[in-house]
Amino acid sequence: MDYVIEMLDVSKKFGNFYANDHITLQLEKGEIHALLGENGAGKSTLMNVLFGLYQPDGGEIRVHGEKVAITDPNVANDLGIGMVHQHFMLVENLTVTENIILGSEPTKSGIINIKDSAKKVAEISKMYGLDVDPYAKIEDISVGMQQRVEILKTLYRGADILIFDEPTASLTPQEIDELLNIMKKLVAEGKSIILITHKLAEIMNVSDKVTVIRKGKGIGTVITSETNPEELATLMVGRQVTFKTEKGPSYPTEEVLKIENLQVNDYRGVAKLKGLNLSVRRGEIVGIAGIDGNGQSELIEAITGLTKVKSGKIFINNEDVTNKKPRKITETGIGHIPQDRHKHGLILDFSVAYNTALQSYYHEPLSKGGIMNYKVINEKAGELIKEYDVRTQGTHELARALSGGNQQKLIIGREIMRNPDLLIAALPTRGLDVGAIEFIHRRLIEQRDSGKAVLLITFELDEVMNVSDKIAVIYDGTIVGTVIPQETTEQALGLMMAGHSKDVAEKKVLAAEKDGDEHHVE
Amino acid sequence: MNIMSNRMINILVPVISILLGLLVGAVVMLISDYNPITGYIALWNGIFGDSYAIGETIRQISPYLLAGLAVAFAFRSGLFNIGVEGQLIVGWFAAAYVGMAFDLPKIIHLPFALIAAAVAGALWGLVPGILKATLKVHEVIVTIMMNYIALHVVNALIKTLSGGGFKLERIHESASLRSEFLSNLTDYSTLHYGIFVALAMVVVMWFILEKTKTGYELKSVGYNDHAARYAGMSANKNIVLAMVISGAFAGLGGAMEALGTFGNMSSMGGFTGIGFDGIAVALLGANTPLGVIFGATLFGSLKYGANNMPNEAGIPVEIVSIIIALVIFFVACGYIIRVGLIRLRNKKEAK
Repeated sequence: MDYVIEMLDVSKKFGNFYANDHITLQLEKGEIHALLGENGAGKSTLMNVLFGLYQPDGGEIRVHGEKVAITDPNVANDLGIGMVHQHFMLVENLTVTENIILGSEPTKSGIINIKDSAKKVAEISKMYGLDVDPYAKIEDISVGMQQRVEILKTLYRGADILIFDEPTASLTPQEIDELLNIMKKLVAEGKSIILITHKLAEIMNVSDKVTVIRKGKGIGTVITSETNPEELATLMVGRQVTFKTEKGPSYPTEEVLKIENLQVNDYRGVAKLKGLNLSVRRGEIVGIAGIDGNGQSELIEAITGLTKVKSGKIFINNEDVTNKKPRKITETGIGHIPQDRHKHGLILDFSVAYNTALQSYYHEPLSKGGIMNYKVINEKAGELIKEYDVRTQGTHELARALSGGNQQKLIIGREIMRNPDLLIAALPTRGLDVGAIEFIHRRLIEQRDSGKAVLLITFELDEVMNVSDKIAVIYDGTIVGTVIPQETTEQALGLMMAGHSKDVAEKKVLAAEKDGDEHHVE
Repeated sequence: MNIMSNRMINILVPVISILLGLLVGAVVMLISDYNPITGYIALWNGIFGDSYAIGETIRQISPYLLAGLAVAFAFRSGLFNIGVEGQLIVGWFAAAYVGMAFDLPKIIHLPFALIAAAVAGALWGLVPGILKATLKVHEVIVTIMMNYIALHVVNALIKTLSGGGFKLERIHESASLRSEFLSNLTDYSTLHYGIFVALAMVVVMWFILEKTKTGYELKSVGYNDHAARYAGMSANKNIVLAMVISGAFAGLGGAMEALGTFGNMSSMGGFTGIGFDGIAVALLGANTPLGVIFGATLFGSLKYGANNMPNEAGIPVEIVSIIIALVIFFVACGYIIRVGLIRLRNKKEAK
């Protein structure tokens, strides 16, 4: 068999901990090979070994059948291995071409030859169907196009083997389809791809083979056409996983959150929310669907008092909280799972116990007369750890040392244990694996069933469809439509997220289906 | 490889950096044709040689302790207070003035003078704190400038108060930290009660940071002001508070000189350097109260003990200064080593 890359029995140890325990991964020329595993299973470590960022403690790596030592990323580049990072490594205020040539600028007596470079970029992009404008600035182009620039960067450097690290995390459904098509085109042109992901639908759609790793160990490699998502999930997690979030009907009662004609500008004075209206009642989960950057962050910050409201009103339990101080608003009964758990949700250099106290340290019995009672805080943290299954070595461990899923459970536990009337969950499952996602969705639904209001902000269509009772689609600072998940399709939602009204979106979807049927008849 | 514990890093870094500093210092002595062994023996004797030396060394440590606490406290709240020098100078002046201008029973006069010093330092810290909180002016710029303002304003005040002279009158005995008992104990050194004030402040800093609600908030803002804001804390209030407390520590450092060591204040040609050394003291002590004791002990010892090197080993003052500077230099590098070690460890933990 002709393998372009073979990682045979590769091990990587940190201290006494095996991040990779004798993992084998063999990539054939022209295939898309998915690497599937939970968070912390060792996917990134394995790829960092391949990319030369880590040195393996055991096993060997062969490229085109020859044993190689990849001592640093430059060696990997020379071997034709390119990485498309999850977080784009682009300079915002440079153009597409400038970003692509960055680090290996073709110069003529010290002057960069942009024109020729741009021509070359255009050639490559045409060859692989990667639609980009070589002269556009990164800050002006969409996330999907930025990713294509990342791909072009590796191709420009002559990569034959591309590693995609969680590439669909921040893309819209339409952009995801485009990306998957690009990947198919790339392999058709003779490239080979390793796709790191924990999204099973994408694997089923695009990959030829799947290598599953769990807790650092290679579980095995299966051929995609001979497996199904259920089997893959079981392989990945090590137990049966339910996919469809189980939940009964909702029985909404009185209104907890009411937003009227909300307008918010960002710090530069650019309007981010342009007259937004929203209502969330007890006993329902309202999902905000939308593409990143359409005002979701501003909406959350406005509700929680972290940003100034220009005009409009926000009511919580009929109390006007517009432009009140964050603590005042929190006290009216809001729990907030922030979208960036490292920036807002946790103080990473604080212990688990200290973080448990973050929102309620100023209340008795956590503190009294200005003196903290760390004994009580510790006990409380202990309860939280048990109740929310936070895997940690103890309440004194730093939050930094927890895995992403456990950090998130800590935040969710802290917010829910305060018994809020309205729980705002912003991207609560970002970057988490199926097991943790299941747990978090169950908790959100529990909140709803106990008569609380839940506002869910997410970029994941699956999540918004499965968990919410009502979906409000946000586009360019307003809600363009509100739909019931059972009565809509992902396609219609996707179109609404791109700014179409509900009616237009539904008509378009119908027309497309009809069109498809007609072709079928032919 | 075992993942290093915090404790191990905290101990390893200063030890390695001091040894490296002494080693390079030895090379400097060798190059300039002096015997490093005699040199370091003289240094040792200067610090621990007899009870007088020990007394003077401890006396020298007190202002370093307070300067170190001031820098460390601000650091823990996420602020870089370079203005400790200026806060110390105004504290020195305030204590000296109160000590000289009033005549009160000791039980009132001494605390009054100490509080005056703390308040003066706190006010000097308040200005950059408010500017940072309200106008986002970086505290480093403001505190540096406040140092110059302190130096020259105090010099002008001394000139005015002394009728055109260069120093204030001696403080009254009722405001003095001098102690006959401590002095007798250490062969008539100038050791005074200030060391107990300084050590009490170490406990105060520990208590504020580790036990109080204020400490919890200050550390939250210091580590992650976004999360602190999210939790409803006022970052601005905490910035001002941290600068005020930090300045109060520095002001007390000045009181050590006014009420203990010198008993007055003379106009100054330049900075004392204690406030700037406080930065290194705090970094050497990893910004913890206990660490500051260690850092201040090192600085106080070197500063005083080095005086003996010209006398006993005949090493010129300039070379001695280079050696002391080298140790400090390596302490600063030690901070880099620490950051490196911690990053390395965190990277491993992150995987």
